[in-house]
Amino acid sequence: MKPPSEMVHWLFATGFLLLGLFLLAEALAGQEAWAKRRWRLYLWPGFAFGLGVLMWPVMAFFTSSAVHMLAHGAWAQALMAAGGAELGLARGKLHHPAWRALTFVGLLVSGAAFLVHEQNGWLFARAAFLHHLLGWTLVVASVIPLARVFRPRSAALQSAFALTFVVAAVLLFCDRDIAPVFGHLSPLAGNAHR
Amino acid sequence: MESPFVHTASAVGTRRSARAVAIGALGPLTIGAGLVWAIVQPYRVTLLHPRGEDIWWLLVEPPLLVAAAGVIFWLVVARPLLADLEEVDEAAL
Repeated sequence: MKPPSEMVHWLFATGFLLLGLFLLAEALAGQEAWAKRRWRLYLWPGFAFGLGVLMWPVMAFFTSSAVHMLAHGAWAQALMAAGGAELGLARGKLHHPAWRALTFVGLLVSGAAFLVHEQNGWLFARAAFLHHLLGWTLVVASVIPLARVFRPRSAALQSAFALTFVVAAVLLFCDRDIAPVFGHLSPLAGNAHR
Repeated sequence: MESPFVHTASAVGTRRSARAVAIGALGPLTIGAGLVWAIVQPYRVTLLHPRGEDIWWLLVEPPLLVAAAGVIFWLVVARPLLADLEEVDEAAL
């Protein structure tokens, strides 16, 4: 028995919210306190990698067209690559800071996938609106992990990176919301539903 | 009498305690956001008015998911982190 697709959005929104909270706590505490327990270094990269793994069943069971399948596959790979690179850096297996650029690539690819696989305009329906908003948010926010490649210790960049995931979580929670602002905007979008 | 050392140590202590307050507030603020959402949009909490929905509609309730994320963060990350932050602060003073 599969959950309805909006619930998958909400479950991933919860994951992104936790990811954002972990990153925000790291930015606030500073590297010295955060690294006092070794497991915390692996927390957000491992969580991002895990979300990427969980995206594969979403791709397999919840996509109804080739373009949706490709987009979800791209998100799965982007999350796993970014999480894996950050895990390698945390473990000490990877050393060059340029590996952090995979997070930039991941966000850029994710944002582009949102925009490319949405066939309708901004105001066609609530889902179309949120796809455009999420896509552009991620595309614009991808400059933050790119800047982190050059300034990995910047608290401002770390906080902005964390807030990117919190914003993505809020937008995912709004997906398929029945609130009027995100209701069906075009009569061509079909009957209103939850 | 004013000592530059005491002045510096006090400034460091104040800045770090502000960090601790911010970290300590993240969990309760998230829990609060979930509860406020549940009050503003009670129809999002299907458990309050079940009408024969399947199990998923009773398990996955967005406002409660937000509150649960806050609880998990608070218990698993924030509390041990605050203890470690206190140790780091004491070592710095």
